Amino acid sequence: MRVAGFGHAVDTAQPVSFTFDGKRFSGGQGDTLASALLANDVRLVGRSFKYHRARGIVTTGSEEPNALVTLTRGAAVTPNTRATMQPIYQDMAANSQNAWPSRAFDLLAANDLLSPFLGAGFYYKTFMWPQSFWEKVYEPLIRRAAGLGALDPTYDGTRFEKAYAHCDVLVIGAGPAGLMAAWTLGQAGLDVILADEHDTLGGRLLLESETINHTPGHIWAAEMAEKLHAMDTVRIMANTTVTGAYDQGDFGALQRNDAHLANPDATLPTETFWRIATRGAVLCAGAGERHIAFPDNDRPGVMLAGAVRGYLNKYGVAAGARVAVFANNDNAHQTALDLAAAGQAVTVLDSRSDAVAQGDYNLLAGAQVVGTSGRQGLRKITFTQNGQTRSMACDCLGISGGWNPMVHLTCHMNGRPTWDENLASFVPTPGSVPGMVVAGSAAGVMATGAVLADAVQVASDLARDLGASVQTPILPSTEDRPTGIKPLWEVRGHGRAWLDFQNDVTTKDVRLAAQENFRSVEHMKRYTTQGMAPDQGKLSNVLALSVLADATGRGIPETGTTTFRPPYAPVSIAALGAGGHGKGFAPERFTTSHAASVAANAPMIEAGFWYRPSYFPQPGERTWRDSCDREVAMVRGAVGVCDVSTLGKIDIQGPDAGAFLDLVYTGRFSTLKVGKVKYGLMLREDGFVLDDGTTARLGPQHFVMTTTTAAAGQVMRHLEFVHQCLRPDLDVSFASVTEHWAQFAVAGPKARNLLHLVVDGSVTDDIFPFMGCGAVSIGGVNARLFRISFSGEHAYELAVPARFGASLFDHLLRAAETLGGGPYGMEALNVLRIEKGFITHAEIDGRVTADDLGLARMVSGAKDCIGKTAAGRPGLVEDGRQQLVGLRPVGTVKKILAGAHLFNPGDDVHRTTDQGHITSACYSPSVGSSLALGFLKNGRARVGETVVMVEHLNGITATLEVCDPVFFDPDGGRMRG
Amino acid sequence: MKIPCPLCGARDSREFSYLGHAGLLDRPAPDAGDAAWDDYLHNRDNPAGVTEDLWSHDYGCAAWVVVTRNTATHGILSSRLAKDGAA
Repeated sequence: MRVAGFGHAVDTAQPVSFTFDGKRFSGGQGDTLASALLANDVRLVGRSFKYHRARGIVTTGSEEPNALVTLTRGAAVTPNTRATMQPIYQDMAANSQNAWPSRAFDLLAANDLLSPFLGAGFYYKTFMWPQSFWEKVYEPLIRRAAGLGALDPTYDGTRFEKAYAHCDVLVIGAGPAGLMAAWTLGQAGLDVILADEHDTLGGRLLLESETINHTPGHIWAAEMAEKLHAMDTVRIMANTTVTGAYDQGDFGALQRNDAHLANPDATLPTETFWRIATRGAVLCAGAGERHIAFPDNDRPGVMLAGAVRGYLNKYGVAAGARVAVFANNDNAHQTALDLAAAGQAVTVLDSRSDAVAQGDYNLLAGAQVVGTSGRQGLRKITFTQNGQTRSMACDCLGISGGWNPMVHLTCHMNGRPTWDENLASFVPTPGSVPGMVVAGSAAGVMATGAVLADAVQVASDLARDLGASVQTPILPSTEDRPTGIKPLWEVRGHGRAWLDFQNDVTTKDVRLAAQENFRSVEHMKRYTTQGMAPDQGKLSNVLALSVLADATGRGIPETGTTTFRPPYAPVSIAALGAGGHGKGFAPERFTTSHAASVAANAPMIEAGFWYRPSYFPQPGERTWRDSCDREVAMVRGAVGVCDVSTLGKIDIQGPDAGAFLDLVYTGRFSTLKVGKVKYGLMLREDGFVLDDGTTARLGPQHFVMTTTTAAAGQVMRHLEFVHQCLRPDLDVSFASVTEHWAQFAVAGPKARNLLHLVVDGSVTDDIFPFMGCGAVSIGGVNARLFRISFSGEHAYELAVPARFGASLFDHLLRAAETLGGGPYGMEALNVLRIEKGFITHAEIDGRVTADDLGLARMVSGAKDCIGKTAAGRPGLVEDGRQQLVGLRPVGTVKKILAGAHLFNPGDDVHRTTDQGHITSACYSPSVGSSLALGFLKNGRARVGETVVMVEHLNGITATLEVCDPVFFDPDGGRMRG
Repeated sequence: MKIPCPLCGARDSREFSYLGHAGLLDRPAPDAGDAAWDDYLHNRDNPAGVTEDLWSHDYGCAAWVVVTRNTATHGILSSRLAKDGAA
């Protein structure tokens, strides 16, 4: 219920209406869903994961284990939203999770009755046999019951974004320590980002009644926030959770941009995932309260003591009408004091027999809660004091087992926290994350005055380390409250005592793990799933360790902790993957003929990031084969034009360019004459073929190399490696000019006729013999002409600066049409080259040597080259290697498929009898048959033999004859003539 | 993560591609023998501590950079241009 005069964050004069499980409620502007539900006396907010126990709100922050709801806003459905972090907005629709048909009456709550059988390791032990049951029975059953919330699998259009920020210092958390640290660092002139996961800066100060400089803490925080806003050096990122600490001062952070808006702007990102690069960081994450394990400590109405007073102070909400507090420390008594100030009578049960009341409330010293009752919410507690057991009616019980410094981020780079006996908590180990220091409660400093002083000290030291000069501020005055504590982890009694509310882990589970010898904390964690829920056990881990320590007869420091890993709080996958959806998934590279190809209805296929036309369909053609066969016949019979700009082009210049090419190619290029082109084979240093292509000599010190489309980047990096790392003495430089030149193949018996229609002047065999090159002019534009052929026809490649590419393509096509020619695509290009036995990366698959390809003669014996020595290794020259061969069908075969394996006729089909495989296959209209290239054991010596192709995926076998890989025009007369 | 390029300064690691240990700078002579070539091509130490790697600043200046780093701490200690030879 709402308490008048309290709640600085909520304006009840501005009502906000929302629904929860379909029922309409009203809250005030500034309420979270959690505070608004408590204001409406809604205590049961969901069901637990495993036993479907009734659960209520426990905390005020992101550590909330129970109050997870599903929000529906427009088309977007967001499960596992923490009600404690979610502001309400007009007409917000929230639904509870894990309950069916309703949260008050949940069928799977039957699991709770089965709990004696559902303990730790239940799944491991039960669903083992029979093995065949796993896939059909157990897994579907478990999957239906598993999971927190449910995702809508359809894309809802919600926008997410990734962003980058740089600063000198990232201050994580804007409680008293963070505000003070940011102010100190900003005053020192350092570039500061202050990130806090709540919408208002102040941290714990917003939830407490204590004063700073004699004003309420939340007002001091607001004043500090205003000062920081005014500083040029400080950027404030509210609603931003720092989720991970990474190498070299990088941090991940998730910013929620519009969680508070009823109608967010759909064009703006709902969440932003930040990478923040820093020179230093101050962790001011504060401390989190922990609970105490006692029987039935999970009923709605059982909350953290700090949350009970937090809801009163910040939101003006009384979490119950009759409140009790069960604690082992002085700090929790503040809940009684604050509630007393609001006129509520509170009983404090303090486990310490020497506890002293700090004000006017009922204190039961030396008391322990041993049980609770109330099916859908707390009605009564049972406790012991002085050997007597009594009970007390209450509908809200605040628990406090002490405070844990939030050490999470200090552990993200494998650091382990240190046990502090006085605090009964783990504290950060200094230096756990290089460059990150810890201040305030996160470092184990609990009293506010000491927190502020610590923050100034830590921030000043860091500023000086970063070379800034610091002015020490005057510390504000604070009222320091007692922080005494005596550890109490567990009250043993009848009934289950919960540790991890989110994963439904009880003290009994941990003891069972220890009993079954899962004594290591990491084993216990995995066996019980303690701390493995989305909240990562923020409330419960230390508690669970203490129970394991007790069960195994060790101390807590010896028991150790599990590892905290990023993210600190859940991050939606959509935010991490922002920009990777639809067109943003991968870059697209377009040739200058792209628009014309698309306009001609050519289906475009991806080649790396490039898009290339598959074929150019003509009216009446029904399948790609119709078009492909026509294009092949067109090239063989007349002339075809194909954009080959995607091949890598590398401009190589310098006095030592020839010597350099001799080193990277197997052949000799230093003796190549100006105006000539040569085919080259490039090896990796381990002796296998890296790439092939032609290189033209344009001048004495000027070459231009072409690479395959696929290996362009790799070859460029290789050339730079060979030059910079192996032969920096060679005077040569390279530039990738792939994008600078548009290049078109013009192939076919009428290729020269076509050039004469396009190129200024005449192209003769004298000037452009086979493998000749040189400058030509096209309508006054300087172009390069190479007489090379990848089709086996009389062919050229014509290159112009890319800005003329579209125009030249158009020009070439119109001229080709007059000769009975036209464009051809990748399918025809592939058929043409297979007919000629020319290789691509289907053959150069990283496992073949020059000799395997039948190209051993291309490795010059007179000079060294990259890969030459290793190519002579025994394994690479031994008998029995698979060699490139041609394959053609014997009789009628259904289909030859690349990827199929080859076997000797009569052999069992088995990997041990494997003879090789097919790399490329096509139907050849020129030969009138299916053809294939492949690798076959000792293949060159087996021409004329038959082998059997076996393709298991489609269940196809075929008998093939081994032949020379050159099927068409074996003497090359068409190409040279 | 950032890698200090001697030419460009500290740059995001995604601008670089990794090749392997800086021992690749010491290419054996063609007649150095099988053992030397086997070492060069295949055998690598896997130190827990300081090591030298070759990185290519592909999306930057195209320099090959020798980066000295600590595999145990992920700390990047120094860098130099590969073309300047061994340290």
